[in-house]
Amino acid sequence: MKTYIIRRLLYMIPIVFGVMLITFILFNVVGGDRSVELAGKTASAETIAEIRHEYGWDKPMYFNTVAAGERGFKGLFDSQLFHHLRKCLTLDFGKSIRDRRFIIDIIKEGAGASLSLTVPIFLISVLAALAISLLVAHWRGTKFDRILVVLCVVGMSMPYLSYIMLGQYFLGYKLNLFPVFGYEPGLAAVQYLALPVLIGVISGLGSEVRMYRTIILDEIGADYVRTARAKGLATPNILFKHVLKNAMIPVITRVVLAIPFLFLGSLLLERFFGIPGLGYLTIEAISSRDDPVISAMTFIGALLYLFGLIATDICYALVDPRVKLK
Amino acid sequence: MSDHFLITDVNDSSSANTAGRSLWADARRKLYTNRLAMISLVIIVIYVLVAILVGTGLLASNWDESVGSAYEKPSWQNPLGTDIFGLSVWRKVLYGTKVSLTVAMLASLISIAIGLPLGAIAGFFGKWLDEIIVWLYSTLQSVPYILLIMAFAFVLRDKVLFKGTSYEVSLAGMTAVYLAIGLTSWVGLCRLIRGEVMKHKEREYVTAARSFGCGNFYIIFRHVLPNVFHLVIIDFSLRFVSFIHAEVILSYLGLGAKNQPSWGVMIDDARLELARGVWWQMAAATVAIFFISLALNIFGDALRDAIDPRLRKAV
Repeated sequence: MKTYIIRRLLYMIPIVFGVMLITFILFNVVGGDRSVELAGKTASAETIAEIRHEYGWDKPMYFNTVAAGERGFKGLFDSQLFHHLRKCLTLDFGKSIRDRRFIIDIIKEGAGASLSLTVPIFLISVLAALAISLLVAHWRGTKFDRILVVLCVVGMSMPYLSYIMLGQYFLGYKLNLFPVFGYEPGLAAVQYLALPVLIGVISGLGSEVRMYRTIILDEIGADYVRTARAKGLATPNILFKHVLKNAMIPVITRVVLAIPFLFLGSLLLERFFGIPGLGYLTIEAISSRDDPVISAMTFIGALLYLFGLIATDICYALVDPRVKLK
Repeated sequence: MSDHFLITDVNDSSSANTAGRSLWADARRKLYTNRLAMISLVIIVIYVLVAILVGTGLLASNWDESVGSAYEKPSWQNPLGTDIFGLSVWRKVLYGTKVSLTVAMLASLISIAIGLPLGAIAGFFGKWLDEIIVWLYSTLQSVPYILLIMAFAFVLRDKVLFKGTSYEVSLAGMTAVYLAIGLTSWVGLCRLIRGEVMKHKEREYVTAARSFGCGNFYIIFRHVLPNVFHLVIIDFSLRFVSFIHAEVILSYLGLGAKNQPSWGVMIDDARLELARGVWWQMAAATVAIFFISLALNIFGDALRDAIDPRLRKAV
């Protein structure tokens, strides 16, 4: 187990390196120097030079041959590429352009609010989807099943933005059941989070149920189910003890891999309901063209995903005795 | 097996009497008997026709003409009401059809153009080529999809590529959107093709082709790809929906279309209108997106079940 985890961590290295390269190419090579734009129209040459220096845009892109000549071999790496790599590896992304705070601090602060939104959505929708799909699988082929499959496809076809806006408008504004906008830390957050959580669950339920239904139907056709039935076991017993356990592998793949993304929050829900999480932060960064923040979020998102992948494999081994990690 | 609803064809064709028919003829037969899939196909064709008519200037080319005052309710004259500038919402929806379908189409073509050859090469040659391609897509895949699209759209927006040369390309508006979607969403297809080509290259027909002296690329493009091409079609039909939805979200984030109506921009506009009781722009865009998505979802599923039911979990 230990060697397996170490090997997986080593395998992560080229991929993390790749993500660093992608963010570098996107935000430095294609994106590039925006000092003139940031300094404003009336800025002097010095201000521009200052900004360029602060964000490192005055350095050569890949290798600093000039500095290498002056300061020897080490100077060669005083370039945008290597500064970017160092920033990613130390998770010290510098300051944001918009409010000039340290990006890592902003991210730490935002994660809490994001989690308070995404964790309930995640838990409720996984449990609801599993429960519904078990029921549907039990009644497969009946009218009830067909109606539910239609409803799932219908639910999947609604644009996500419409869910949010209609939910906010009718439940929040018209019927006044929930506060329309806002957030407070601590327990008071519950009243603000109820509506976005509800919308988050409902908007995702269609595809989730369909997905789990397929997984569970695959199991229900298996021989062991027939054997269990032949033994005279009660249906709930078969469904919850036998089928659910065997369906765990594909379920775990989805569930564990989704967990890292919970930290990133929900872009649109946070934006619409004014929840100061990481999704909100990312959208703000886009509208104020805050490259360093978006670059940092992209990198951290990838890092979380990679740890999620390893966690998935470990969970396989824990759940399924046939899986051995070497 | 499972989805009784989406494949209604379980009647005759047991394996015994399907021997003489090709995969496609078989799939077509299955689709024809699926009434829901056929209705969906008709809806898709209508949308495509609208997009083509708008594209050729025959329909809604006058969307930027004012037809009344601001925020007029739906009436006989303006079936879907007017927006803040007195523009007809009906014409905007029609025009948005063209924008959405064009973006989704071009994004699909880009992602197929990248994913198909890369997947085929990785699967067929294996070894270091495979390692590199797998590394490339593992890397792309590890970035959360929506963040990746956004990052691409964000940096590509308003960029001019190859500045100063005769190949100058300006990435204004929609160009950045479909490039961003296309460049980020080839991974699924690439993995699918890679896995399938890996299986196929061990088959006898490939050995036979090789014994005839066919070159590697001839075998890939002439023999293997036609055998896995159904995957491209299935992937395309199911992914098209997600591209339409991606365009909506990018437009909402201000990374999409400017100076022309699109469904995403319409929903974004409606954000401020709803509180004033102006619901028609929101409703029009939502309904437009809803029906094309529904049709594509149902048709895509039916197509997948007709061509290759084993794929239900993979795609």
